[in-house]
Amino acid sequence: MPRTVVSVLTVVAALIALWYAAVVPMNIKEALTSAERAGQVVTPDSAMLRRDTGAFTLITNNSFAIPATFNQARPRLPAPHQVLAELWNTTVMKNITSKRSLVYHGWITLSATLLGFAIGTGLGILLAVGIVHSRVMDMSVMPWAIVSQTIPIIALAPMIIVVLYSIGIQGIIPKAIISAYLSFFPVVVGMVKGLRSPDAMQLDLLKTYSAGQVQTFWKLRLPASIPYLFTSLKIGIAASLVGAIVGELPTGAVSGLGARLLAGSYYGQTVQIWSALFGAAILAAGLVGLIGLAERKLLKRMGFGT
Amino acid sequence: MIRDRLEMALGVWMLLIVMLPLTLLVATLTLRNADVMGRPALIWIALFAWLVWQMIGLLASHFAARKWAQFLAPALLGLIILFAWEVTVRAFVVPLVILPAPSLIVVRFFSSLPILWSDFVQTFVKGALSGYLIGCGAAFLMAIMVDKSDFLRRGLLPVGNFVAALPIVGTAPILVMWFGFDWQSKAAVVVVMVFFPMLINTVAGLREASVMQRDLMKTYGASYWQGFFKLRLPAAMPFIFNGLKISTTLALIGAIVAEFFGSPTVGMGFRISTSVGQLALDMVWAEIIVAALAGSAFYGVVAIIEKGVTFWHPSQRG
Amino acid sequence: MNDAAQDIVIRSENLDLTFQTGDGPVHALKDITLDIHRGEFVSFIGPSGCGKTTFLRVIAALEQPTGGSITVNGMTPDEARRNRAYGYVFQAAGLYPWRTIAGNIKLPLEVMGYSRAEQDEKVRKVLELVDLEGFGKKYPWQLSGGMQQRASIARALAFDADILLMDEPFGALDEIVRDHLNEQLLHLWARTNKTIGFVTHSIPEAVYLSTKIVVMSPRPGRIADVIDNSLPRKRPLDIRDSPEFLAIAHRVREGLREGHS
Repeated sequence: MPRTVVSVLTVVAALIALWYAAVVPMNIKEALTSAERAGQVVTPDSAMLRRDTGAFTLITNNSFAIPATFNQARPRLPAPHQVLAELWNTTVMKNITSKRSLVYHGWITLSATLLGFAIGTGLGILLAVGIVHSRVMDMSVMPWAIVSQTIPIIALAPMIIVVLYSIGIQGIIPKAIISAYLSFFPVVVGMVKGLRSPDAMQLDLLKTYSAGQVQTFWKLRLPASIPYLFTSLKIGIAASLVGAIVGELPTGAVSGLGARLLAGSYYGQTVQIWSALFGAAILAAGLVGLIGLAERKLLKRMGFGT
Repeated sequence: MIRDRLEMALGVWMLLIVMLPLTLLVATLTLRNADVMGRPALIWIALFAWLVWQMIGLLASHFAARKWAQFLAPALLGLIILFAWEVTVRAFVVPLVILPAPSLIVVRFFSSLPILWSDFVQTFVKGALSGYLIGCGAAFLMAIMVDKSDFLRRGLLPVGNFVAALPIVGTAPILVMWFGFDWQSKAAVVVVMVFFPMLINTVAGLREASVMQRDLMKTYGASYWQGFFKLRLPAAMPFIFNGLKISTTLALIGAIVAEFFGSPTVGMGFRISTSVGQLALDMVWAEIIVAALAGSAFYGVVAIIEKGVTFWHPSQRG
Repeated sequence: MNDAAQDIVIRSENLDLTFQTGDGPVHALKDITLDIHRGEFVSFIGPSGCGKTTFLRVIAALEQPTGGSITVNGMTPDEARRNRAYGYVFQAAGLYPWRTIAGNIKLPLEVMGYSRAEQDEKVRKVLELVDLEGFGKKYPWQLSGGMQQRASIARALAFDADILLMDEPFGALDEIVRDHLNEQLLHLWARTNKTIGFVTHSIPEAVYLSTKIVVMSPRPGRIADVIDNSLPRKRPLDIRDSPEFLAIAHRVREGLREGHS
């Protein structure tokens, strides 16, 4: 374990260092333009000439501008500390109910995600139970569940949002529907796999006890499917979050992480984009982590492993 | 129950011979008169659905093991859904801006083939495919490096697993800013999306060759690269193809969603968002059909190649 | 006198191997002094943890000793390995499912750089040796466990190494197949005259196959007894019911029991 921690920390530190290093060539042209406007001597001295010069030549000839690349207002690549500062400013430093708070926006997206995820998972489990117990459903529905995993369902998102909007349903429901749809099929496929995972020997044993289908379900299939369920839940929640974010794009919503991403890209607010992206990433990591935690605890109590 | 009795009385094939024309009759009558039916249409839909469901039931109880039945059953289910969709939209005069009828969508599809084709080329061929090849290729090479270094592997895998769970589509606006509106930024999004799942799968695959197998290679005095090409790479193929298959879906999703954030006047994502804006929903559905076909065909091709390369794996032997 | 003149193929002197594990050091081999001559069939027998597999692996340069010395063909084990001095047969057949049987046998030949023609010739030769002619084009999963293990032996014989190291190769097979393979192995040994090191759990197998039996005991792994097998080299299977056989088996059993206490 400690060796892994050291390796991970080294890799992360290396990535951050690479990030800082990349900031300079990415932002140098803009930094030199500002410097020129401020009256400093820049080599070469016209923006047109600079456009055709390589970033590394510009850096070597104008090393005085390097610190400025780390603090631009609209950088091509914001420095890590800039993103961190923006995150801090929009989360801790703002009132949670303020429209500028990332927590507020995060909550908007999160609520749609959770609602959709709950619906999708619930329906998915029900369908999986149906598929496992009815041969008809297995033959006719399961192939669609499998095929749907190869289709980019997310292409339906804009349409769902706009159609529901035109009949007066907006806000959390349309996004939740997309989230539900995206988590539905992974849960169905995973749960079917899990409910079918007990081997023939186990099923035969229950037959010798004259256990019916219902008893077999509750005593064997359902417990055996829990590990598979959790794997699908992790995939499902990540998909639900993406669905909620994409659902905020079509109608030009004003709140939510997707909306922040869109607004940031319209108005060229780079740091805002990055902080919204990190907010979404932290949210995703947190959600998957929570499920992972629940998984470890539950599997331990069920005796499934270390 | 009724079906079972009839079945026993007439036998499966006789039953089908009775049911098939009956179903066709119901279908034709309904479709011909859907526009003027109104609410009674629901009864006709229910009748059709019941008949077809019974047929699926027959397939499931008698022909479950046959390949053709395994193809027919889901096809029949799709048929029920399409039928219900078409009749409901026509009978209840559902506005075009809410839900177009399948017949209209098909018409739109075939009349817009040139546009659909250029959208397909832009999004799939230029955006998704190039990003897929670059991303998977880069991930593969990185995995080889990671495999050689235990330290790198231990550090990179948790990071990789972490990143693979993040909403990578959110990087689209940033990449559009860096690479411009055209297909390059979409390819960049796809590269980021497929890189980590492919990396994780390849690294896992390269560890598949057991210690015993690697010891055997040592006893032959084999070099690292000999061991790599003769043992580790073939043994890794099932995992590598798992990654490649997952990546096909991710690639298409990435390319389409990236276009929601900005695109020149062509591309599937672009067409969907603009058609949605114009409420030309039949065009939206036509594009969705293209996306569905592209997605499943892409996956299918990779799966076929997988079958050829990993013919030896238990999962392929059935 | 040097090893070659005495025809000593493997010589170990006071060999010692201690593993550092998470639960503390494990003394796997202690003071192993043993000579194996050319053409001998030496069995290593003992309970788990007695070091028999570890000793075989040291010969194969798959483990490094922590004390004492060992030479193979007069060289260090690693040099011998690079000189392709031995073929190794593991407990599991370990055939590549993506290669045919012939392809699997060609594996070491490809690594060692033999030409295509030479490869084909050698494959033909060893398939005949292990009685698998005609199975070259089949895939491993199409063969039974016993046949797979024969293919694995063929693979180890393909490149004409003088030494054959076998680690419980028949352990996973049922008794009837095992008997059959034991007979075949003896025939093979008679035809090829290799020096064989054979690890086994089975007393009858050890007595039936070998010219010398090394009984080992665990904690720490050491040699409890070395028995020179007086039975004639040509042995039909029913020699196992003879009094000489039983006497040797008895001696082996005594050695094992002593080592266990």
